[in-house]
Amino acid sequence: MAEKGIEIRLDHVTKRYAGQKAAAVDDFSMVVPAGQVVVFVGPSGCGKTTTMRMINRLIEPTSGTITIGGEDALKIDPDDLRRRVGYAIQQAGLFPHFTVAQNIGIVPGLLGWDKKRTADRVDEMMDLVGLDPGEFAGRFPRQLSGGQQQRVGVARALAADPPVLLMDEPFGAVDPITRGHLQDELLRLQNELRKTIVFVTHDFDEAVKLGDKIAVLGDRSTILQYATPDAILANPADDTVAGFVGAGASLKALTLTRVRDVELGHAVTARADADPSTVDLGAEKWLLVLDRRDRPVRWATQNELRRASSLASIGRPVQDSVTLQSTLRDALEAMVNEGGRAVVTGSRGEYVGTLDLTTVTDVVQQLRANS
Amino acid sequence: MNVLEYVADRWDRLSLQAFLHVSAVVQCTVLAALLGVAIGVAVYRSPAGSALATALASTILTIPSFALLALLIPVFGLGADTTVIALVLYALLPIVRNTIVGLGGVDPAVSDAARGIGMSRFGVLTRVELRLAWPAILAGMRVATQMLMGIAVIAAYAKGPGLGSEVFSGLANAGSANSMNQALTGTIGVVVLALLLDGVYVLVNRFTVSRGVRG
Repeated sequence: MAEKGIEIRLDHVTKRYAGQKAAAVDDFSMVVPAGQVVVFVGPSGCGKTTTMRMINRLIEPTSGTITIGGEDALKIDPDDLRRRVGYAIQQAGLFPHFTVAQNIGIVPGLLGWDKKRTADRVDEMMDLVGLDPGEFAGRFPRQLSGGQQQRVGVARALAADPPVLLMDEPFGAVDPITRGHLQDELLRLQNELRKTIVFVTHDFDEAVKLGDKIAVLGDRSTILQYATPDAILANPADDTVAGFVGAGASLKALTLTRVRDVELGHAVTARADADPSTVDLGAEKWLLVLDRRDRPVRWATQNELRRASSLASIGRPVQDSVTLQSTLRDALEAMVNEGGRAVVTGSRGEYVGTLDLTTVTDVVQQLRANS
Repeated sequence: MNVLEYVADRWDRLSLQAFLHVSAVVQCTVLAALLGVAIGVAVYRSPAGSALATALASTILTIPSFALLALLIPVFGLGADTTVIALVLYALLPIVRNTIVGLGGVDPAVSDAARGIGMSRFGVLTRVELRLAWPAILAGMRVATQMLMGIAVIAAYAKGPGLGSEVFSGLANAGSANSMNQALTGTIGVVVLALLLDGVYVLVNRFTVSRGVRG
């Protein structure tokens, strides 16, 4: 598990099919930075898949140059090139007559690895994508669920440790919950592997979640905007991009910011074993009661505090809290549930601050202003 | 003399004829399979080519076997050559058609993935597409074999090998002592051998079709 991603560069790449007036891909230029995930997103038929398939030359460009890690892809033997570029597609495209292990071991086999090394690698890959080799190695694809098939597809693409990975709607055919899991796992893998990944999807939310950068493509694969997800959410280049970003762009932007990145507010706090009469709320309306290990347990009002003899059962319990790792969207959800401020806790569940709606709206304003 | 006595009495000759019959049919099926799969591979990507190959093979099948032999005998003479050519021609249709259908039925996503991960065009064909089309091809060979078992009987008219000579001489000497026994032995022999061969196909299917695609 060593090879890190390398840069992909497309220069004035055009694809024109015989007998068609308009080019399928028209003068496409882009640099995909090494070790990053770039998501091509756009409507069906916009040429995003065609563009991706030119990188491993499943489709030959009519003109233009493509370099992978500085090497001219058009000068490499196409079969060799494809063995060095991982490829995962919708519905996995697994070979139904091969077992899971045989499917994953194909590219190492093509590269002439010996049996032992291939077998070890297959086990390693299955562990990596969370399939127990003992249970799944001998199964055939039809004996797997859709999500498991996709995992095998990803494992097969990664088996020869290619620096570059092309993924064509790899999670398009699975249910939303499984898709979410697979996306999380891809992010986890990418954290370790740092491959250069070109990912094609028509799902903008998926693009926001996975992309280091997003390329929003229009007809003939023209680049409408190529930027980080937050830049596109906060500041779509034109109406078409804005339309694609869709409703709720501000809410989507909130998934990009973590609670730890914003300034937290503070509530008046008191330990549950403190004497109520010693607590001074001052101008504040609410008291946050903490347990012995500083974990937030209850909210109480000034009136409740005045009448109470002990803080242990005062007011109402804290329903929902968020951690420093949560997104602002989660925090917003907690605020709605709590009917006001969200409590933020640290790694051991201890109180570290609060977050209110003003902070969230400020963040949205700021994202807009910055990009 | 009843049929069983007749078979026991002529066992040496009959068993040789039976062996030659099966041998001719199996060899011709294998030859037709090689030829038919090659034709199928050559045309399956082109709808026009596929239609043409299927139509030609169908046309051959509509020629009565007697007529085909009559056409071949002047060119290739009497004997094994003519028999082999006739049998191979008849076996082509089911094999060509099933090869085309089988290859056409391979999920394009699977072929695309095979190309995409770096298999050569030849590798995709032999390791993926033909492997996936194999159950269909095998089914075509099975049909061809059953058909050839019957047609090989007629081939005795061209002095071909096999049980056909029993049937023909039985018919030619109708009314004589053993004519009925001869015709019956030849016919029943062909039926029994055909059933045995069919059993062999079941075994071949079991051992050569991946569990991942077996129905």
